[in-house]
Amino acid sequence: MKIRAFVKQLSFVSWVGIGFLVVHVVMALAAPWIAPYSPTAIDATQAMHPPSLLHWGGTDRYGRDIFSRVIYGGQIALVISLTSAALAVVGGGLIGVYVAYIGGFIDDVIMRLIDALISIPSVLLLLVIVTAFGSGNGVIIAAMVVSYLPGVVRVVRATALEYVPRDFIQAARIRGEKTIHIVRDELWPNILDVVFVQFAMNASWIVLAVSGLSFLGFGVNPPTPDWGLMVNENRAMLLLAPWGILYPMGAVATLVIALNLVSDAIAKALGLDRSRGVPV
Amino acid sequence: MVWYVVQRCIGALMTLFIVAAVIFAATELLPGDVATALLGRDATPKRLAQVRAQLRLDRPVSERYWAWFGGFVQGDWGYSLARPNQAIIPLVGERLLNTMWLAFIAASVGIPIAIMLGVIAGLYRDHVPDVVISVIALVGMSLPEFVIGSLLMLVFGVMWAILPAITIVPPNASFGQLLPSMILPAWTLMIVMVAYILRMVRSSMIDVLQSEYVQMAYLKGMSRQMVIWRYAIPTALLPSINAIALTVAWLIGGVVVVETVFNFPGIGRLMTAAVGDRDLPLVQALGLVGAAFYIGVNLVADIATLWLTPRLRTQYW
Amino acid sequence: MSTPLLEVAGLSIGFRRPNGTTVPAVHDVSLQLMPGERLGIVGESGCGKSTLTLALLGYIRGNGTRMQGTVRRQGVDLFALTEAALQQVRGAEIALVPQNAGQALAPHLTVGAQIGDVLARHRDITGQPAQHQIVQLLRDMRFGDPDQIAVRYPHQLSGGQQQRIALAMALAGAPKVLVLDEPTTGLDVTTQAHLLLLLDEITRNTQMTTVVVSHDLGVIARTASRVIVMYAGEIVEDGLVSQVFADPRHPYTRGLIAALPRIDRPELPSAMAGQLGHDYTYQRCTFAPRCAFAQQICDTAPQLGVAEAMHRVRCHRWYEISNEVHMADVGTRIERDDEPTTSTVVLDIKNVAATYQRRRWQSWWRDDGVDVVRDVQIQLMAGQTCALVGESGSGKSTLARMITGLHPPRRGEIRLFDAPLHADVSRRSVAERRHVQLVFQNPDSSLNPRHTIAEILHRPQFVFFGRSRAESLAYSRDMLQNVRMDEAYLTRFPSQLSGGEKQRIAIARAFLAEPAVVVCDEVVSALDVSVQAAVLRLLVDMQQKSQTAYLFISHDLAVVRAVAQYVVVLYAGQVCEYGPAETVFSAPFHPYTALLLAAVLSIDTTPAADTLPQRIDVVDGVVRGCPFVARCPVAIAGVCETTPPPWQIADNGHALRCHHTREVLANSQNLKS
Repeated sequence: MKIRAFVKQLSFVSWVGIGFLVVHVVMALAAPWIAPYSPTAIDATQAMHPPSLLHWGGTDRYGRDIFSRVIYGGQIALVISLTSAALAVVGGGLIGVYVAYIGGFIDDVIMRLIDALISIPSVLLLLVIVTAFGSGNGVIIAAMVVSYLPGVVRVVRATALEYVPRDFIQAARIRGEKTIHIVRDELWPNILDVVFVQFAMNASWIVLAVSGLSFLGFGVNPPTPDWGLMVNENRAMLLLAPWGILYPMGAVATLVIALNLVSDAIAKALGLDRSRGVPV
Repeated sequence: MVWYVVQRCIGALMTLFIVAAVIFAATELLPGDVATALLGRDATPKRLAQVRAQLRLDRPVSERYWAWFGGFVQGDWGYSLARPNQAIIPLVGERLLNTMWLAFIAASVGIPIAIMLGVIAGLYRDHVPDVVISVIALVGMSLPEFVIGSLLMLVFGVMWAILPAITIVPPNASFGQLLPSMILPAWTLMIVMVAYILRMVRSSMIDVLQSEYVQMAYLKGMSRQMVIWRYAIPTALLPSINAIALTVAWLIGGVVVVETVFNFPGIGRLMTAAVGDRDLPLVQALGLVGAAFYIGVNLVADIATLWLTPRLRTQYW
Repeated sequence: MSTPLLEVAGLSIGFRRPNGTTVPAVHDVSLQLMPGERLGIVGESGCGKSTLTLALLGYIRGNGTRMQGTVRRQGVDLFALTEAALQQVRGAEIALVPQNAGQALAPHLTVGAQIGDVLARHRDITGQPAQHQIVQLLRDMRFGDPDQIAVRYPHQLSGGQQQRIALAMALAGAPKVLVLDEPTTGLDVTTQAHLLLLLDEITRNTQMTTVVVSHDLGVIARTASRVIVMYAGEIVEDGLVSQVFADPRHPYTRGLIAALPRIDRPELPSAMAGQLGHDYTYQRCTFAPRCAFAQQICDTAPQLGVAEAMHRVRCHRWYEISNEVHMADVGTRIERDDEPTTSTVVLDIKNVAATYQRRRWQSWWRDDGVDVVRDVQIQLMAGQTCALVGESGSGKSTLARMITGLHPPRRGEIRLFDAPLHADVSRRSVAERRHVQLVFQNPDSSLNPRHTIAEILHRPQFVFFGRSRAESLAYSRDMLQNVRMDEAYLTRFPSQLSGGEKQRIAIARAFLAEPAVVVCDEVVSALDVSVQAAVLRLLVDMQQKSQTAYLFISHDLAVVRAVAQYVVVLYAGQVCEYGPAETVFSAPFHPYTALLLAAVLSIDTTPAADTLPQRIDVVDGVVRGCPFVARCPVAIAGVCETTPPPWQIADNGHALRCHHTREVLANSQNLKS
């Protein structure tokens, strides 16, 4: 689909989603210039201030500026979610197309393994991985890829299976094309649509998962300004300083809503159904 | 039919077996070994050796896996590391029951609501009811459980104080004692669940309403009620069975965060505690319980779909 | 004169596009349907006939709107009725037999229940009486065991059976008008013949008013007394079937009839220029761009004028044309040159048999396959077309897969230029793969939707000749010229091409490999008649230039007659008759060939109804004797079931496999077509 045609048919709601996403990305990129304070600077004299002109988002119990921390938190959320979603989608997509095409024993074995990985609810799988390997950005990204790749494999394989029996694939086989050509040049361009939608969808789930993990205290390590971690840290002061959790919560919610709206928009434009995904 | 069910059950067991291997392998791949991970780098060699023996780390990997998985199947899940002399089974069993109650309440209220909303949204596609329902679904899907939970707690537990904000009864409390504390967590789980299920029901409703057989039902003069109730809804709900199963299975992961928010004494809370303590046997056991639940729910959904779909039923009969 | 049952006046229906514009599908259609009339509506895909059909029931699909006009029943416009009132009309007064019954029956209800719903709704029959009525209706539809059928689900029935259920469902409401939308499309020829026979009986007996909509002129000739020809949403000609088909007035109708392949003549039908476009404004004659007779005046829109009694034509020049120009000038039919130029055997298929098994790596512990092809022998000669005829399930596609190396034969071998061809395509040499090309039935799925035409044409050249993209371009241009397409197509994607154009590209792709053999698997059956003739001509042209051998797989005997020099008839995986085309198309016939010939519909021969055996629900089981025994009208009890029939080979190369002697078969009354 041409970009212009895609842009033309976008609904108002889709534009809202794109708007939110752009704001998030710009804020994350321009964080050093926008954020009035260092996200980790502790100032005990300024602890638990409500929002004011000086501290737009107030401060937490260590006197750290909430607004600055929320902005820098966007960097963490976007980098981790986009990186792991990209890895999961490309990896899962290639595996899915490949096993769909070759079928047979390898397909059976890989799909058994994928079924098994899907069977472990992602939160539990993430926690098992974190228990084993400790937390840290690298481990988190790896854990996200392991948790979300199997779902992508399943969806992409199912889509690719619709194309495998098509005559143009048969024609390629009759020409004597190698598997690599058929997978890369004949099948892959046809499932690219699905891959795009999967990317946006998985990115939104991963933002949720990262914040959830940090909320539990097993995500990125303090004092990194992560949204989930901020909610976790400031939850005890729910009544005294509600701004400590409301701002990061708002940030997570708007980013995920934006990603969901964008993936809805792509799916609708491509005539795909993306409602069947559940981040188990 | 019986053969099919047996086949699926064998398949489910095989999957469980692989899941166990994956979970076991994850802990095997540890840099160093479990004992160092558990005790930290500065542990005394004597204590390390002690723990290694306790964990049978001196045995080969395959032997340990068989012993562990065999024990798991036979009901010997071993002992918690962080809670000395505490057998895992009673520890998990007690909390699993609480979690099941929570999940049951959320599912039994949430599923009918989700189906109803999904059907309505599908019928009124792109009109006001659909737009309203879809926006609600979008928000429900986009808010992390801890946000929904915290907001509910803030409003109902703190501002209005009509429901307990956090659970203060012990894990072995009776259902009656636990019930008030269950309402807010169940509600949180339900909101997320409803959002996913209703979107799926809506889209399959839209598919069916566009099908040729629904068009044909109109063209043979059936009334609108007749078309919707007799021709559209039964087929629209069939694909939703698997979707519902997926969402129910999602509950078992969702409870981890929700139970932590409300301090509810279920397996989710136990899981976070175990992870915090680096209590590997307990984490492994809970991971496997979660997977078993997922596999079980999907197995039931598969068989139900088979039973309710004439094309499949007659094929495997 | 009685009043019309339905009266369509000035009806225009359009479909909204996402970008807000409306595309007309039906434009200014007026027609009257008289009681007892048998109306046919004919036109190619995209002509608006389905939209018009549904409008007869006051229904417009999805995002369509009625822009103008009315559909009146007893003076009341159906579109002005309330939903409740309309429900009383649909199914009760006007009933529809839908296109593709398999999709139109709800998958979760038994067919009896779905018929019962109509009875309850329109005739207040429920409970036990309804059960009796359902069984009776099914018995009328010639189901041998109506009680059993009533409790089945749609997926448990064959295509022909589903279509009969749809018919029963429509008749359940005792309608005055029966509308049938493509009632036999997608069915095998013999099934189609049976269904039309059944329809004939039912409607003739009850004097029911019927509207049959079809793209197939033969079906219309068989079922209608009056025909409406549609083009680009308009009625272009309207008259009695006997008039219109014998002496068409509109250039489009003339072209359509000239493009029909004829079972009685071994000649290529003439091709119509161009293709149906879209986005008509109706400011000028819609057919003018394709019309050989178009002149200045055709830049204004013609009216549907009266040509003679009961005959209307929408053409400015119909009168001049009918006086000046003879039918034959619309396009010439070509007599084929059947003299064999060489006698080289290119491909030799020797006694092959094939089985479908489970996945390869599972097959070592289960071997539950049944032979779908048995002992088939075919020789393909350079420059010759050998047709392989059979219905669905006859194993003809499996044979194509074996030749192309996608399916291994269980027995026998295939030789190319007298050297064995490896069973697996991945083990064949580049030259072997190059020499065996396949053109598929469905052009929509044979071209990769994400590749440009240039890329599609480049790939075989790269694989077989190692040409770079730049090098291949010149060859691609030449080839496009050969298949009569503009080189501007090189940058387009398949979705921007029409069905006929896609099929030309598929043919171009096959010939770029410079093959010795091209397997044509039902290459024209997905195409409209006017396009089909052009593709057939193209195939013959290409063959004459390159001396390629064709294996022409088809279910359509008229098409086979048009192109083939040699014919092989396949039934249930076995050859039952073969020989030079002329010998196969003349007596003696194998009983199966006779049945196929009797089932062929044509627009000018009276149907030989009594030559069709009355058995409808026949399931072929595995038999030791003749596979055709269950359906054979002349089967010899006690012999045909148990003993495989012998081959009887005549001097002229014609052979058939039957227990009856050639003389008996030649004289059998039952087997004359």
